[in-house]
Amino acid sequence: MYVRAYEKPKSIYGVFERKPGDPRTTHYCPGCGHGNVHKYIAEAIDDLGIQDRTILISPVGCAVFAYYYFDVGNIQAAHGRAPAVATAVKRARPESIVISYQGDGDLAAIGGNEILHAANRGENITVFFINNAIYGMTGGQMAPTTLPGQVTTTTPMGRAPEREGFPLRVSELLASLEGPTYIERVALFDNKSRMRARKAIRKALQVQLEGRGFSFVEILSPCPTGWGMTPAQACEWIQREMLRYFPLGVFKDISATRPSAPTASHQGKLTDLASSPEEVLALLGLEGVVSAHPPWPHDVDAPARYRNPRIKIAGFGGQGVLFLGRLLAEAGMRQGYHVCWLPSYGPEMRGGTAHCHVTISGEPIASPLVSRPSVLIAMNRPSLERFEPEVIPGGVILYDSSLISMPPRRTDVEVLPVPATRMADRLGSAKAANMVALGAYLQLTHVLPAEAVIAALERVVEDRSLLELNVKSLRAGMEYVSARREHGAP
Amino acid sequence: MTRILLKGNEAAVIGAILAGCRSFFGYPITPASEIAEAAARYFPLVGGTFLQAESEVAAINMVYGAAAAGERTMTASSGPGLSLMQEGISYLAGAELPAVIVDVMRGGPGLGNIAPEQSDYHQIVKGGGHGNYRTIVLAPNSVQEMCDLTMLAFELADRYRNPVIVLTDGFIGQMMEPVELPRTLARPVAKPWAVQGTAETRQNLITSIYLDPQELEAHIRRLEEKYARAARQAVMYEKYRTEDAEIITIGYGIVSRVLKAAVTQARAQGIRAGLFRPITLWPFPSRELSVMAEWARVFLVVELSHGQLVEDVRLAIEGARPVKLYTRFGGIVPTAEELLEQIHKVSEDDDVRASLREAEEYLWGV
Ligand SMILES: Cc1ncc(C[n+]2csc(CCOP(=O)(O)OP(=O)(O)O)c2C)c(N)n1
Ligand code: SF4
Repeated sequence: MYVRAYEKPKSIYGVFERKPGDPRTTHYCPGCGHGNVHKYIAEAIDDLGIQDRTILISPVGCAVFAYYYFDVGNIQAAHGRAPAVATAVKRARPESIVISYQGDGDLAAIGGNEILHAANRGENITVFFINNAIYGMTGGQMAPTTLPGQVTTTTPMGRAPEREGFPLRVSELLASLEGPTYIERVALFDNKSRMRARKAIRKALQVQLEGRGFSFVEILSPCPTGWGMTPAQACEWIQREMLRYFPLGVFKDISATRPSAPTASHQGKLTDLASSPEEVLALLGLEGVVSAHPPWPHDVDAPARYRNPRIKIAGFGGQGVLFLGRLLAEAGMRQGYHVCWLPSYGPEMRGGTAHCHVTISGEPIASPLVSRPSVLIAMNRPSLERFEPEVIPGGVILYDSSLISMPPRRTDVEVLPVPATRMADRLGSAKAANMVALGAYLQLTHVLPAEAVIAALERVVEDRSLLELNVKSLRAGMEYVSARREHGAP
Repeated sequence: MTRILLKGNEAAVIGAILAGCRSFFGYPITPASEIAEAAARYFPLVGGTFLQAESEVAAINMVYGAAAAGERTMTASSGPGLSLMQEGISYLAGAELPAVIVDVMRGGPGLGNIAPEQSDYHQIVKGGGHGNYRTIVLAPNSVQEMCDLTMLAFELADRYRNPVIVLTDGFIGQMMEPVELPRTLARPVAKPWAVQGTAETRQNLITSIYLDPQELEAHIRRLEEKYARAARQAVMYEKYRTEDAEIITIGYGIVSRVLKAAVTQARAQGIRAGLFRPITLWPFPSRELSVMAEWARVFLVVELSHGQLVEDVRLAIEGARPVKLYTRFGGIVPTAEELLEQIHKVSEDDDVRASLREAEEYLWGV
């Protein structure tokens, strides 16, 4: 044991080649706590035999250059974000041992959110938190952990809690969460406290190694330079001042009872699971349609004036107008057409009105916006009033005559009133009014065969009884138009 | 061929999965949320990771971590989220990490609204973060391209070890069109530089700090060379009826779709209009555009932002021809009729007429 204290751990480089200047000394000030903590971490890595597996995330702060020293995989992170970086590294490489090494400005101020959430998720990572009650690197400004009355360059009269708030007790804060497994606060001021720190650091890594979740060690650490003290005075100050505010101890430890669980993650590559895009689609539960393309504009039943429709469908949110549009697009695609469906989205949909634009075309579609529709399907009065003027001369206006008592005023368009809501209600649910309207539209124009729409319905509606209702309503809409024709309507 | 009807936002996720992307880190925001939702649904089904981050700041730093560990990874958001990610994007570029970010633009500044805009052009194309860096920016204008260009984004990100941003808008993200699947899956790329927690990668270091000014300058020179390479190799654009056009309209994303309809209508009325659509916004297809000043008499830029794209167009044209600008914002997307009117206006503009005469004289030496 004695010999070892003089030996560099294996996980610390013998010569610091990455460091500019003297490659044998560190860049830390004499008496700085970072050096000690580095040594304890390296020793634990050696003892646990995890050097190759370890990935150290260094912070912004005096330890930004931790990679000068640690002979492990190294990633340098943005100020405060090391826990987020560590989270993703661990999930990407579940076999690795991931360390987030952070100062108090980094972790408790700018990175407050990242540490809180990584802890709360119980990420299987280890965080070493150097609490030196000051911003070392930037020259001694106040940290969230600066003590009341402590003089720093930004609290020249001493930290006043009524002005700057109280020091943050991070260990206590995190220990109140369910996520973490092991949280301890240690200090570096005498041999005994250092031995305790060394033990805690080792234990924290052990917790991760066993897959038992989030481990966190806060280390009260001297910053003689930032505090304007000698190394000896700094140790005394920790003991006399810091301990009063930051009591040492284990704040949480459920490592004995928390089961070891592998990091929630994936293994392997996509190409191990699938060998073609179609196979990937199947894994996703999606089904592609194999259709002829380009489509047949020639053998279509629709009279010329109905072909390549540009449709606007509008109504109340909840009337299924977006769904109606999607179905048309899906069915159109099945027939080999170019199709495009564009919804109104966001708050406009919630509660208020909803509308969508649908284009079905034998030619590639330029603008998805239907500003001059050839077909308007209006399911309520505000929609009819709003969009009636946009319809091109010779176009079609289909409206729900059970909800709209004022028929359209336009005389240069074909108007088809359909009591969609009433019919759907009779069939079982007013909600299927959209399908009645769709059936009526199909029967009027023959733009798409009903079978294509039913096939599309079968793809998107999973509930059997709902599917039946939809198909029934669709057919009722079709029959309504046929009957109207027989009775002499156009 | 196999086709599937998808929303633009979903297509980006499918494209990412087909490209071998293994993780998604995101934070909800309209109109990009379907990307996170689709990722949450689909990534676990192919053994990938989805994680809802605590903020966009965390999300981009998770992307940084996964990229550093050598995996294809992505995030998606909209303007306010992208503003928060800029620091992380700068770090990605500085540390030369490949990653894909999808920005489904909405109205701004501030909270703005959730309707489609293109007002993130400056912050995305010019690099909204600090430092000397570039991001490659791809601008899809269809659901198919949301899939294809997201796939391509992963290839480019790996090729240049740099973040690539897919810049799109609320309309392209929300609309549905058929998507044709690619023929093959992307092949995984070896990343010997990644930090993977293995003996072979133990000496690897991912960092963006270069304290020594000489070293930092050398680093940025290396980045510059890389960007110059990308500028030579990665430029993409689409031309529509530009070959004999007097008026060349320019727009990307949803605007280019509406412009195409307007140009077709203008042609039907005998106006010689054309459309130039940059697909890569950086590198910007400057040469390809500038050469058209040899025959086109005027350029008309249409954008859903207050004159951002037009700056790159003017730089490319270098004053050789008038460059007119038509803008809408707040979520208003112009109709084809509205743009046709603008084309008319430009063709009747006195300034432009004068420049037409000038061009005629120049061309024919009269
Ligand atoms: C976004 C951002 N803000 C500010 C800084 C400047 N900065 C560098 S280190 C630091 C404070 C570090 O203090 P701490 O985390 O306590 O570490 P120490 O240096 O004391 O070890 C700050 C504010 C930065 N690099 N990035
Ligand atoms: S400033 Fe403080 S924390 Fe930084 S190296 Fe010096 S003593 Fe250590």
